[in-house]
Amino acid sequence: METYYNPEDLQKFSTISEGAPLLWKKFSEWYGAVFAEGALTEREKALIALAVAHAVQCPYCIDAYTQACLEKGSNKEQMTEAVHVAAAIKGGAALVHGVQMKNAADKVGM
Amino acid sequence: MEVSEAYRDARDPFERSLSESNLFPLLSEGISVFQMNMGRVCNLSCRHCHVGAGPGRTESMPPRIVDECLRVIERQGYPTLDITGGAPEMNGNYRRLIESAVSLGVSVKTRTNLTILVEDGYRDLPAFFAFNRVEVVASLPYFSSETTDRQRGAGVFNASIEALRALNSVGYGVEGSGLKLFLVYNPCGAFLPPSQRAIEADFRRELKKKFGVSFTGLFTITNMPVGRFLDFLNLSGNFVSYMERLKSSYNPEAAANVMCRNTISVAWDGSLYDCDFNQMLGLKCASGVPDHIRDFDHERLSVRRIVTGLHCYGCTAGAGSSCTGAVVK
Repeated sequence: METYYNPEDLQKFSTISEGAPLLWKKFSEWYGAVFAEGALTEREKALIALAVAHAVQCPYCIDAYTQACLEKGSNKEQMTEAVHVAAAIKGGAALVHGVQMKNAADKVGM
Repeated sequence: MEVSEAYRDARDPFERSLSESNLFPLLSEGISVFQMNMGRVCNLSCRHCHVGAGPGRTESMPPRIVDECLRVIERQGYPTLDITGGAPEMNGNYRRLIESAVSLGVSVKTRTNLTILVEDGYRDLPAFFAFNRVEVVASLPYFSSETTDRQRGAGVFNASIEALRALNSVGYGVEGSGLKLFLVYNPCGAFLPPSQRAIEADFRRELKKKFGVSFTGLFTITNMPVGRFLDFLNLSGNFVSYMERLKSSYNPEAAANVMCRNTISVAWDGSLYDCDFNQMLGLKCASGVPDHIRDFDHERLSVRRIVTGLHCYGCTAGAGSSCTGAVVK
């Protein structure tokens, strides 16, 4: 069965450098710095990344950051809560736009 | 040693990695740890066990091999005896081995699955360990029953906590007692262990808060693609991705400090190996050096070439892995 996503393609991520090697180099360096320990621990950053991966629904990121969270010492309970954070923000973002809907309905309504 | 390009390309990938980090051939740097695997008999059958140990196994070190080992230890003056298995406690020569080694002035450490310490016939072992100042290295894959029992069997976590409390009660892991209790974390799946410092902090906090248990320190150990863990990798379809993860995480600093460079491993039947993993793979010491305890030759063994293979990527991934945890601090 043909699919748009192939898990094996995650290993080929760096091949995107072929079109613009300098940009890839800058991206890679910045990316590595983003996930290094700073004011937040590597584990906290991995959990944030996992949540964002679910919010943007990137299957590559979900795979990669599930592995990363486990390798940073997280567990399924923490990771599931992180997914719920993503869901809450996505759901909340939809709901709060409902205020705009109410405003628009009120404007045209009698 | 110079190696031609053609040979380099044909070689085992791990040898290539060693060569690229100027470590080939990997050589012993001397023997300071004498490790004895007392057999494959165990009261548990853990899913990740590289030994494939269990209650149905029969391999158990006989008294004559124990005596040979003690003679070698005394003759060479090795400072550290590291006892492993299976469950080494279940070997009938276990207590005699410890008492004899201690009388020689050797520092003894024993590995334990903890659950054996709360079984009938073994409940006095914590006091025995304390009396002989044995260092205890205890397996505990996680601070929850859900994860621990999934890897080691139903009820293992609760039995482990009971054993840890018994060890604490005689002073192990208690500040100021001098009795050392180390826990061993290994991942419950096909992924690398986290930072040893970070996971130790988690264990310390959770075990104290929830169970009132304390310990001296924690070691992280990488699951090796050997034995039952290899079976798991194959059955779950994780073998290729796990090996790729290990290989891509090769760390030359970890490779330079692998434990096989200062350890000799003795199997239950007296055969000699570079490490417990080579033992389970049947990879005896390099040709030309003694391969049995009866022919033990410290001078030749302490400069021997280490026999390596793809599984060695497990000990050299990331912060590295050894019987005393991460090798790159």
